[in-house]
Amino acid sequence: MILGVPAIEGDEGPDRKDVLVDTGDTAFILVCAALVMFMTPGLALFYGGMVRAKNVLGTIMQSFFALGIVSVLWVLVGYTLSFGPDKGGLIGSLEWLGFGGVGQEPNADLAGTIPHVLFATFQMMFAVITPALITGAFAERMKFSGYCAFMAGWLLFVYAPIAHWVWAPGGWIRELGALDFAGGTVVHINAGVAALAVILVIGKRRGFGKDAIIPHNLTMTILGAGVLWFGWFGFNAGSALGAGGLAASAFLATNLGAAAGALGWAIVDSVKEKKSTSLGIASGAVAGLVAITPAAGFVGPTAAIAIGLAGGIVCAWAVGLKFSLGYDDSLDVVGVHMVGGIVGALLTGVFADIAINEAGADGLLTGGGAALLGKQFIAVGVTLLYSFVVTFGLAKAIDAVIGLRVTEEEEITGLDLTQHSEAGYVFGEGGGGLTQTAPATAGAPVVAPHGAAITEGGTLR
Amino acid sequence: MKLVVAAIKPFKLEDVKENLEGLGIQGMTISDARGYGRQKGHTEVYRGAEYQVDFIPKLRLEVVVEDDQVDEVVKAITDGAGTGTIGDGKIWVVPVEQIVRIRTGEKGSDAL
Repeated sequence: MILGVPAIEGDEGPDRKDVLVDTGDTAFILVCAALVMFMTPGLALFYGGMVRAKNVLGTIMQSFFALGIVSVLWVLVGYTLSFGPDKGGLIGSLEWLGFGGVGQEPNADLAGTIPHVLFATFQMMFAVITPALITGAFAERMKFSGYCAFMAGWLLFVYAPIAHWVWAPGGWIRELGALDFAGGTVVHINAGVAALAVILVIGKRRGFGKDAIIPHNLTMTILGAGVLWFGWFGFNAGSALGAGGLAASAFLATNLGAAAGALGWAIVDSVKEKKSTSLGIASGAVAGLVAITPAAGFVGPTAAIAIGLAGGIVCAWAVGLKFSLGYDDSLDVVGVHMVGGIVGALLTGVFADIAINEAGADGLLTGGGAALLGKQFIAVGVTLLYSFVVTFGLAKAIDAVIGLRVTEEEEITGLDLTQHSEAGYVFGEGGGGLTQTAPATAGAPVVAPHGAAITEGGTLR
Repeated sequence: MKLVVAAIKPFKLEDVKENLEGLGIQGMTISDARGYGRQKGHTEVYRGAEYQVDFIPKLRLEVVVEDDQVDEVVKAITDGAGTGTIGDGKIWVVPVEQIVRIRTGEKGSDAL
């Protein structure tokens, strides 16, 4: 995204602090930061609808609470590790701990026309949604305490270094010349392969591949996909870091990526199943958005359609692999984010066009030869390898110390009651047989006897 | 007195209700139910993975009637709920020991 800076070039130097804040750019990025923030509750709906009713709150919490954990950690230490002054191309220094030195004046190395604190806050929203994406893979079986530890550890040990390599001035992948406009590698491939690592540690859900573990509320899921699509305009167009032509171009590419992705998945569905499914179209839109993310600011509209279509088609095929390979990626984070991210990153090397963004490069079909594609391969490979290995180790460590997985009884009862002492849906008068056993101030949990009314397969549990 | 219970296709409820009202039956209880008999369930597809859903939505209808009404009530339900296709449902009749109207305390036939 740094490469997308349309800003005032050549403003580095003794007068850097006097670079003026551009009010138009600032207003735009403020709104974009809010749009990207809104993607996380959108993701909560998207995921929440796809799980069984007994896990709806537990699943929503795993997305939503990322806003709590990551926002705080980002200010304290995450940002400076990611974007702080470079240390050997590998990590940021600790100079900006607690946002110290992250002020209202622009930092020309990062974004020359908006307040530094705005750039850092915009980046915060990316850091929030990325680990939240992973949670879809281990949905319906992780302990809340294990989840909290995982989010914190993953932000610092996996997200921060990769964000630094790809986006920060001096980061070695950025210096290599690989392109990632809005986070194909840092966000999607990173989260997708991390998802694979965690589910290999935590194991399959009880009944996976045997019982019908099916979505409980697809209306919620489709609305969530719509919220994601909406927020993605902030994610991609905002990654231009200014309110100009490049942002407009990325905005259009984003919409086309989503549209073509929905189309692609619908085509696969109707060929394979003779029917188009609503979950398929929602998933296809998200897959198209994932695929267009690295390319959004480097390609024109027809290339955006091609990339979105490829994302939708390839991901529709990839989500079936978990059954033959035997890993339980509950909500297809690997199949959509890792696979869609790889499709997008590589196709960026095919379709990128300097005519769209002079800070970019020409790709395979635009006269640049295979050089860019080669760099894209390196960026993808390194991200896959680093994220998988470190995430696997992190998950193993948390499993040993705190424990990642709920007990079998808790898994059958559901996360809502066992992890949060709440129910997502309470029907009937009087709260379905609920009696208050302690006032809110007493601190004792009100244990809901109606938990028994949550059914699985028509049997009272 | 007898309790007549029927599991029927949900969209046939109006026809059954009309037929029962035609017999002067005053009141009935219905509840959502899921089940299967000879008619197996249906297939659902989520992201390309197919699932066989065995239990399909039905309505469970309950009505308490006099012994001499049982045959015509069963016929009314059969006529109303029947489509001639598999999955039309079942009716079963069980004896009732006592019935009480809560408001008045009336018992037996008076409570019907």
